[in-house]
Amino acid sequence: MDVFVKDFGLILNAMLISTPPLLLAALGSVFSEKCGVVNIGIEGMMTIGAFIGAIGAYYTGNGWIGFLLGGIAGMVFGLLHAFACVTCGADQTIAGTAVNFIAPGLALFLCKALFTSSDTPALNTASKLPKMFSGVFKPGSFGYNVFGTYSVVYLSFLLVAVIWFVFYKTRFGMRLRAAGEHPEACETLGINVYRVRYACVLLSGFLAGLGGAFVTLATVSQFRPTVIVGQGFIAIAAVIFGKFTPQGAFLGCILFGLCNGLKTVLSASGSSVSPNLLSMIPYVVTILVLIFFVGSARVPAANGKPYIKSK
Amino acid sequence: MKRKFNIWEGNFIYTLLAIVIGFVVGAILLSVAGIDPSVAYGSLYEGIFGDKKYIVYSMVYAAPYILTGLSVAFSFKTGVFNIGAEGQFVVGSLAAVLVGLFVDLPPVIHPIVCMLAAAVAGAIWGGVVGLMKIKRGINEVLSYIMFNWIAYYLSNYIVISKSVKDESVEATRLVKDSARTLMSDKMVIATGCPTVNWGFVIATVCAIALWFIITKTTLGYQLRAVGLSKTASEYGGISSSKIFMSSMAISGMLAGLGGAVHTLGMTGRISQFAGQESFGFDGITVALIAGSNPIGCIFSGLFYGAMKYGGNKLTLVNAPKEVVNIIMGTIIFFIAIALLFKRIMVSVSEKKNSDVKSAKED
Repeated sequence: MDVFVKDFGLILNAMLISTPPLLLAALGSVFSEKCGVVNIGIEGMMTIGAFIGAIGAYYTGNGWIGFLLGGIAGMVFGLLHAFACVTCGADQTIAGTAVNFIAPGLALFLCKALFTSSDTPALNTASKLPKMFSGVFKPGSFGYNVFGTYSVVYLSFLLVAVIWFVFYKTRFGMRLRAAGEHPEACETLGINVYRVRYACVLLSGFLAGLGGAFVTLATVSQFRPTVIVGQGFIAIAAVIFGKFTPQGAFLGCILFGLCNGLKTVLSASGSSVSPNLLSMIPYVVTILVLIFFVGSARVPAANGKPYIKSK
Repeated sequence: MKRKFNIWEGNFIYTLLAIVIGFVVGAILLSVAGIDPSVAYGSLYEGIFGDKKYIVYSMVYAAPYILTGLSVAFSFKTGVFNIGAEGQFVVGSLAAVLVGLFVDLPPVIHPIVCMLAAAVAGAIWGGVVGLMKIKRGINEVLSYIMFNWIAYYLSNYIVISKSVKDESVEATRLVKDSARTLMSDKMVIATGCPTVNWGFVIATVCAIALWFIITKTTLGYQLRAVGLSKTASEYGGISSSKIFMSSMAISGMLAGLGGAVHTLGMTGRISQFAGQESFGFDGITVALIAGSNPIGCIFSGLFYGAMKYGGNKLTLVNAPKEVVNIIMGTIIFFIAIALLFKRIMVSVSEKKNSDVKSAKED
């Protein structure tokens, strides 16, 4: 029984660490998709957030400042995306693809220009994000694995509730959902669709940047070219999985994180199954859950359609 | 009244302008980083056009990008976004290499069988996603992303398995010589490029065939109709699920073929991945620069391949090769927002025309 509890604690620990980047980015993605702007640039926004977060903490010695700067860096690219998609009425997939090239390109370019290496120097523990309850639990115990982790982990879970509230209980939430369903009708009612969409896409960039910064400031402790690869796309997948709702995206990320945790513990326990096959678990499980339990998701009606104000 | 041809209405001029702006933005960044852009661009130019060998290398590099570009462009025609070309490329490479390793066939026939296997593998990888979309209504973007990663780990699993792995490197053994698509020794000597192969020719033939299918056949008509309006084409008697299925399978086939062309031509093997190789994602860029036109994909694929190949040489002048990604991204960004300029330019030039006309009438 003890072994079981301990292993379960390890699975949860791995899940808790691998979930926040996905979750933060997925929450960002929900904002964008729900207001009618497809944002596949999430991946790029996470990467620039990861880089700026790492160098922010490196130069200031403070993980929180780095975390915030990472978010702001993501937001800058959110602005770029919003300018293209909202002001210019650009094809959102094209604009997002552009972001996915420019942002990681810029991150690596700056990294090489500043450090003449594609990695940033490793951060010391003091300039990373802090862990909770240090010294309260015995290292290796269930409590240590589950509660002794980064405080941002639990803050990101709390954020799900906050964003749920914003979406369904506030005026802004109603407007953003309306902007994603029928922008023309919104405009008739005096809602400024452009402003709502700008706000949402900026928020999505900010959250994606935070998600990226979490990777470098908690999980990895430095920026490397491979820190993000694909996590932004997984976040988008979690949003579709969760039928474009914050709570659904949360479940998607948790499912993914749990499978990841299972994979980590199985491969650490010296299982005879190839680690490559174990790595497939999250993706295969997602597909199976989709086929048997979730089914189709209704995309917000105006999603991906540029809205151009009539004169 | 016959309308005058207006250059500002086409897309070509904006693409050209976007490319110029891309290089300007790259130059600004390079100067900020303290690198002389003329030196960097000079080495890029030298790296692509400095020797006929380099030009041939650029073409060798371009072949897989043209094919993944075609794959994405084709899916766009039906309104599907094939973000799964990455995975289809990987399973295509795998199928080609496995047939190239374990099947004994005479030259010429062997690579053809390898490529057929790759095409079938890609078509299945894309088709399953199509099936899930039609039967269970599952959003294809989501399943494509999952299938990319499943293909990624599947490849790594097979590459390092005992019967396939090379003894000394983290890669498969080289495929049999009979399976390679390399050109004759005479061509190797003439071009100076040891991996000169038929990939570019195959990609070009595919582009032309695809152009023919899209513009001249019933299938192409149906594909475009479904892409423009699913409901209207259903009303007109086209089964949209059948069309989605064929579009996604053909799209997967092209990406799979891209994998075969790359492995049988240039590399001869698959290495263990440390990260996604991005042939499929780069196909999105190629398709976008080409405006989803199959013939355009030949040129944008060439451009992309050349930039990738030439970009490698930027390190010689200590310029980060990522500047190529920034240039590419900027180009796509300006292609995306070109619509805005187009609206302005078309309205300006039409106003000018009508001013001229009304002046004449006066």
